[in-house]
Amino acid sequence: MALTIVSQIFPREMIPAVLPLIEDKLQHSKEIIRRKAVQALYKFYLIAPNQVQHIHDKFQKALCDRDVGVMAASLHIYLQMAKENAAGYKDLTGSFVTILKQVVGGKLPIDFNYHSVPAPWLQIQLLRILGLLGKDDPRTSELMYDVLDESLRRAEINHNITYAILFECVQTIYAIHPKSELLEKAAKCIGKFVLSSKINLKYLGLKALTYVIQQDPNLALQHQMTIIECLDHPDPIIKRETLELLYRITNGQNVIVIVQKMLDYLKQSKEEYTIISLVGKIAELAEKYAPDNEWFIQTMNAVFSVGGDVAYPDIPNNFLRLLAEGFDDGKEDEQLRLYAVQSYLALLEEEDAFYPQKFLQVMSWVLGEYSSLVTDVDPEIILTRLHRLLKKTFVTSETKAWIMAAVTKIASRTSCSKTVDKLIQEFSTSLDTCMRQYAFELKHLCEDKVLMRSLLPFDASCNDIVVDASLSFLDGFVAEGLGHGAAPYKPHHQRQEEKLSQEKALNFEPYGLSFASSMSPSGFAGRQSPTGLSFGSDTSGNSAETGHKETNSLKLDGVKKLWGKEGYLPKKENRTGKEGEPLTVPCSSSLLAGHVADPPVSHSDQVASLSEEEKEKQQLASTLFVGLGSNAGVSLMGKGDMATQKFRRKSKINETQNYEEASDIQNSTASSLVPLLDTLPSSKEGHERDEHTRLRKASLCSSDTWEDNSALGKPQSLKKPELDNKLSDSRLSSSSLFADSNIEIFHPSPSAQCESASKTLLTPSLPGELAELPHSEVVELCQSDDLALHLCKVWTNDSLLLIMFVSNKNTSALNAVNLMFEKAEHFQILESPAYHFAVIEAQSVEHCQQCVQMDKICTQGILSGSINYQSEMETRLEFSVILSLLDFIRPMEMTTEDFGKLWLSLSNDVKQNLKMSSSQDSFSAALNTLQQKLKLHIVDIIGNEGILACQLLPSVPCLLHCRIHAGMLALWFRSPCSALPDSLLYQCQKVMEES
Amino acid sequence: MIKFFLMVNKQGQTRLSRYYEHMEIRKRTMLEAEVIKNCLSRSKDQCSFIEYKDFKLVYRQYAALFVVVGINETENEMAVYELIHNFVEVLDKYFSRVDCSHNVSSDNEEWNLIPAAQECTVKFTSIVFI
Repeated sequence: MALTIVSQIFPREMIPAVLPLIEDKLQHSKEIIRRKAVQALYKFYLIAPNQVQHIHDKFQKALCDRDVGVMAASLHIYLQMAKENAAGYKDLTGSFVTILKQVVGGKLPIDFNYHSVPAPWLQIQLLRILGLLGKDDPRTSELMYDVLDESLRRAEINHNITYAILFECVQTIYAIHPKSELLEKAAKCIGKFVLSSKINLKYLGLKALTYVIQQDPNLALQHQMTIIECLDHPDPIIKRETLELLYRITNGQNVIVIVQKMLDYLKQSKEEYTIISLVGKIAELAEKYAPDNEWFIQTMNAVFSVGGDVAYPDIPNNFLRLLAEGFDDGKEDEQLRLYAVQSYLALLEEEDAFYPQKFLQVMSWVLGEYSSLVTDVDPEIILTRLHRLLKKTFVTSETKAWIMAAVTKIASRTSCSKTVDKLIQEFSTSLDTCMRQYAFELKHLCEDKVLMRSLLPFDASCNDIVVDASLSFLDGFVAEGLGHGAAPYKPHHQRQEEKLSQEKALNFEPYGLSFASSMSPSGFAGRQSPTGLSFGSDTSGNSAETGHKETNSLKLDGVKKLWGKEGYLPKKENRTGKEGEPLTVPCSSSLLAGHVADPPVSHSDQVASLSEEEKEKQQLASTLFVGLGSNAGVSLMGKGDMATQKFRRKSKINETQNYEEASDIQNSTASSLVPLLDTLPSSKEGHERDEHTRLRKASLCSSDTWEDNSALGKPQSLKKPELDNKLSDSRLSSSSLFADSNIEIFHPSPSAQCESASKTLLTPSLPGELAELPHSEVVELCQSDDLALHLCKVWTNDSLLLIMFVSNKNTSALNAVNLMFEKAEHFQILESPAYHFAVIEAQSVEHCQQCVQMDKICTQGILSGSINYQSEMETRLEFSVILSLLDFIRPMEMTTEDFGKLWLSLSNDVKQNLKMSSSQDSFSAALNTLQQKLKLHIVDIIGNEGILACQLLPSVPCLLHCRIHAGMLALWFRSPCSALPDSLLYQCQKVMEES
Repeated sequence: MIKFFLMVNKQGQTRLSRYYEHMEIRKRTMLEAEVIKNCLSRSKDQCSFIEYKDFKLVYRQYAALFVVVGINETENEMAVYELIHNFVEVLDKYFSRVDCSHNVSSDNEEWNLIPAAQECTVKFTSIVFI
């Protein structure tokens, strides 16, 4: 009972407190308790998915529970999780299929039968999960075909519940990767449904058909007649569903009939919700497929007159924009507008007709704008009609403002009008300030016709219309904005601005000017703003600026691209050269670079002198800086980034300079390498430059690349032993750097690498400078007959690098290999998500690297992508990479005082008690496991309390305070990000349980 | 997802209600009134699923008693339709002949009844209520 209550009324904040208790209950001997516990956890999952992340494997246990009830309860959780992340549970497809098979096969206790159908709701649940898992995934779908077929067959008894199952089957079949046999059967099922005389079944059939029609429109043709019958069905619900179906199959040819049907239904329906959705759909269809102007205007009229006031505001807006902007053909536009004006005039002729406000607004706008297109009607008549509208009581003040704007526009085109004079008189004394304001404006304008014309320029030429449209839009909204001007929440300066603009409006001249400058682009933006005028001119200023900026950045882009292309080739050449000897100089040099340059100034200097191709290396170097630069890690990193940006702009100059200097530097290479270890700063730079020249050369005379490389490589490799000896010291310290933070480092042993190199060419290994960094083992992601894809994660201090190795297993070269990452919810790939290899030589390995960041926090996520290449035909392989939170966690070094300050400034905290296992009885041992496994940094240990810190890349800190108390480890996390503590807590629990 | 579960008699009095999503008491009564109005306005040969606002109603009539379930888009109407029947069957079994033409239970019993009924529904079929 307590568990039931927990699951029903529990607030989010209290979950951590009871979570362990409920977890215990998962092992309870009674089935019902276990089931209730699972249900409670499901509820928790719905409330706060992050907090129950660590018990996912326990759900799995529940899924395999002896008791069917417990298993069924766990399905709810899986359904929910599969909805959010189908890719993560593909491996469970097998178990779901087996369960479904057992259920369908009647292996469950007889208790679960309902009208001799075994556990129907369970089946439905399972089918749904399968549908989610198998979506667009041929391999997973493969597993399901049999069981789906089986369920279809078993569900052939005539009973409502079997229909429900069939319906679910059909949905699943159409959701997963299609198989023709099953599709046929499903289509037959749908036919049975639709043709059934039972009304509920018919409904179900229509629903299924609506769903299916998106994949297979032909099916609708088969059931044409039935659909037509359903349209005239007495039951409005059936009609509604049929319309929904028609909406999906609308095209240019049938739009008139379908929209007519929808309008008929619309006129009959009274419920607001239906009207809103239907109006939206009709407007969409009318805009998309309208066969001619007349029809379009009439349809829109009908839509507005029925659903005008409840519809979404963007429907009239879209309509007006369509009128104002027009299509490509000027003549057609005119006709459209002409027709609109005529139809509205006709509508307004009726004395007592009632129209929704929105419709009136649309009408008045169109009349004001385009009424002069109609030559045979005296503007006076239009004015009288508008005037009559103004006097009506049901017209709101907002609409009145629209009408007044229209009157002003029309008045500007007529010489003198009695109606206008009358209008001015009437409304100059109006109680409504907004109306009074408008009347005065109109009065002033009328006194000076010349100004009025210049202010409201209207000659019916199409070119001017767009400009004019923006003007009149703003015009109406200025009035409105002024009307709302007294809104209390507006900042003072904005109000003043508004006042200014108001004065401007009365002064006329600046008014016209500001509009002239705002033109069409800002016009539509301006119309959204309540402070119409001032905003309009602002945007125009801004847009000019942004435009300017854009051209700037465009230029830069061009430069960058050029660089990318150039830098691309040599980089690869360089790599292949290096791969033969994994521990060559470049890597040590970048390590050295890291060690040497303490002052950030020299750092940025160095960065500037590097070329684009060297950027990644330099990134590595800068990561080492960070490590050395101690606690100011984040800010240093920021500087590094800035430096690279600056550098990009300079790069072009560098290019030419470097080329000129190339020969000099080449000469100095040998000499600069000798004193490398004594005068580190200069040698580093020299070396870097040497590399740079090499690359530059390579790109400039690509045919000579190899000679160049080998020629230049020689002096280096000659120095290599010497270097290696002396470097061993520095390398030791570099590894001690990491030992400090206790990241597991896979040191590549030279001998092992030699072995592997001799064994097979195709085993990918990390290039030297990366091999020095902590990295994971190389794992295979996918492979085909032609190529294999391997992955290695490299944890640098400021990023996670994914090194992708593409090995060509063929005896011939592969062309045009493209590596693409898909957009993932949780992760973001810096730079571009695609990588292109022009050629991969036979039996060789190429690699590329991607820097990944975690956008949204999760304990584990999947980054998927694909690789395609050209052999005999275009082939595509898919792969996915599992990234865990720990890949993005780095130790954060700080002093105890800093910790204290930061601690107080952070708000999100999570507390949890963990049991300590016997192996980690001492407090420091426990902390050490945390430090090693989670890459936390121990800031301080005082007695039985300890504080640790880490950061989620790029710079979200998380602080941990632990205290040991009676065999329990009390963890207390704080972080600026709310999800991070939860996820880290989960990792802690996992680690502590493992050890 | 099931949003709510109602038992209403023909006079429009709510006999039993259970909400699976939080809703204000005042809104509940309004909703119930509208829902029953909707159901009563339909004849026997009409479809037992109604679209109502942004969700769907599935109802079943047992003599003078309506059982109405509110579901969202993702739910399978037919499955819910049968679930209602299953629920009533279970009630029947537990309380030996529920008199459908009269009120199902007094107010007091009401709140005990649903969990109990849930239990047995679960026992016989699967959990749909959570």
